[in-house]
Amino acid sequence: MMNDMRKIDRDTAVSDTKIQARDVQVFYGDTHAIKDVSVDILDKTVTAFIGPSGCGKSTFLRCLNRMNDTIDIARVEGDIQIDGNDIYDPSIDPVQLRAKVGMVFQKPNPFPKSIYDNIAYGPRIHGLARTKAELDEIVERSLRRGAIWDEVKDRLHEPGTGLSGGQQQRLCIARAVATEPEVLLMDEPCSALDPIATAQVEDLIDELRRNYSVVIVTHSMQQAARVSQKTAFFHLGNLVEYRETGQIFTNPEDPRTESYITGRIG
Amino acid sequence: MADATAGTDPNPKTGSTADAVRASLARRNRKQRTVQVLGLGAISFAFLMLFVLIASLVSSGYHAFTQTHITLEVFLDPEEVPLERLPRGGFDDVLEASLASVLEGVDPNDRATMRALGGLLSNGAQFRLRDRVVENPDLIGQTVTMTVPVSDPYDQLNKGLIDRETPEQHRRLKDFEIGWFDQLNASNAISKPLNTGLISNPDSRFPELAGLKGALIGSFWALFVCFLISFPLGIGAAIYLEEFAPKNKFSDFVEVNINNLAAVPSVVFGLLALAVFIGWFGLPRSAPFVGGMTLALMTMPTIIIATRAALKAVPPSIREAALGVGASKHQVVFGHVLPLAMPGILTGTIIGLAQALGETAPLLLIGMNAFITSAPSGPFDSATALPTQIFIWADSPERGFVSRTSAAILVLLGFLITMNAISIYLRNRFERNW
Repeated sequence: MMNDMRKIDRDTAVSDTKIQARDVQVFYGDTHAIKDVSVDILDKTVTAFIGPSGCGKSTFLRCLNRMNDTIDIARVEGDIQIDGNDIYDPSIDPVQLRAKVGMVFQKPNPFPKSIYDNIAYGPRIHGLARTKAELDEIVERSLRRGAIWDEVKDRLHEPGTGLSGGQQQRLCIARAVATEPEVLLMDEPCSALDPIATAQVEDLIDELRRNYSVVIVTHSMQQAARVSQKTAFFHLGNLVEYRETGQIFTNPEDPRTESYITGRIG
Repeated sequence: MADATAGTDPNPKTGSTADAVRASLARRNRKQRTVQVLGLGAISFAFLMLFVLIASLVSSGYHAFTQTHITLEVFLDPEEVPLERLPRGGFDDVLEASLASVLEGVDPNDRATMRALGGLLSNGAQFRLRDRVVENPDLIGQTVTMTVPVSDPYDQLNKGLIDRETPEQHRRLKDFEIGWFDQLNASNAISKPLNTGLISNPDSRFPELAGLKGALIGSFWALFVCFLISFPLGIGAAIYLEEFAPKNKFSDFVEVNINNLAAVPSVVFGLLALAVFIGWFGLPRSAPFVGGMTLALMTMPTIIIATRAALKAVPPSIREAALGVGASKHQVVFGHVLPLAMPGILTGTIIGLAQALGETAPLLLIGMNAFITSAPSGPFDSATALPTQIFIWADSPERGFVSRTSAAILVLLGFLITMNAISIYLRNRFERNW
């Protein structure tokens, strides 16, 4: 009886919740960087994490694809599930997880290889393409999803590092989607870009929402308001408020949220 | 009007910040000039020393890049060189007879004079003639033309290193010997071509025949073995320490010791090699293989340190990018980090090998300063190396080795400069701005 109940709970949860985090704690050595964060991130939605510098929003983002594993002194506690599977379960290999949870970083970081090889790298190491034609197809599809195909289709074999900053960042987004992830994590993806490139990437994020659950960390509240449907406000390692984006900016419940969005803390 | 007032009074506000700055400005500028002058002085001094070094090497070494030769018509008298006694025979006698025939006032029957005459030619001349006759015995009974090196004193005389004004009893060549040489010179028998023997001959007791072939091949094998051992081991150790080793007391301990290892005097490695490689393992003495293993002990810490620095210099964003698309640690390191670090690693390796090329002390201890008159045919043959060859020549009493020592040093410096130039080229060619 009990089991049945839980199964029903989970089924309903899966239908719209992609990532479920419960009581997540992160420690860097002795520093308690994330405190008791519980959040449900929805599928086919852009979720923005906002908050002042050092509030833990990037740290929490990096828990979602276990990038914190690469930092020796970092320790993660609590429970994070994607589609009901605990991603910190010993049976889960972080490599497998990261193929499913793509990530785009603050600074555009294309590999110093050709544009083609940048995209093809992930599918190659995961064995997603059996033939050259299949790989070509994946590369084209990914570059189209990254909204950069038209700009680079004639120079696929030139180095990716030769593109402009905004193009590089869209290349990195295309690279992240090449492995067919289900979740796309973006850590301040526009902070190194000029306003025009930022607008292009924001349009792209809105496109990506149709296929992925997108989580974006941003310093810019305007950007959060423009691209996201849900917003989480972090402060000093706590998740202060998590609601519809429109509500959080027009009608914040917590005084700290209000102080931040009106510019009094940050 | 206001401007004019300001113009007449350059210090309108006494006690202001501007005044304080102005007061100290001269002192600060003077300090800066002092630092600049001292720096320029240090650099000039270094350049001067370098210039003195190179100039002294070139001024004494350039003589060794030419060698005095004599061209002779030699009659291969069947009496002296009978076919049936080959390869033995009186080759020295036919050479002396040939000299006697072109010189005036030489009695071919005076044995003392003939011996002195034989001293005009290099000791190797008779062997060169012998080899030619053995190869083609039909030459016996004919007259052949030979160009052979003259012996060291005559070479020195020809290069002006023997002063004709010195009283005869203090001179290495007597008046009559100088007279012979001048006669030969007047008849155009003497030439001074480029000394290819310096590179193509092995070592010899006779300076006019001594060359660096054995040392060059010995150094090549030693460096080759050194590279084969230290490059993979050094990179492997560096990758493990930098990328995979847990950061704990033990890895700190290892790191400190690797840095210490780089500072151990090379003679200690020589003693270690003598005890372990030759004493325990019974490897051959004087072999470039053992030399290479010894040099590898010294080069490895250099390569490890250079590799770790190069791996550290690869920006974390590249690691994150690769991890982010799901590359495993191994794929990140070997697919991305290592290729990007390669120019730095190669630069460090070449610098390490250049150090090894110039290293002398450990090679002395394992016997690579032996006197060996044939070039090694493999890494297990006895050989010398360039620096030990310089050591041997510098120790030799014959005058001709003075210039050859300098010439050998120039050859060694040439190799070192080439290697360093390659490493600088690699660094500039592949340097990246992230």
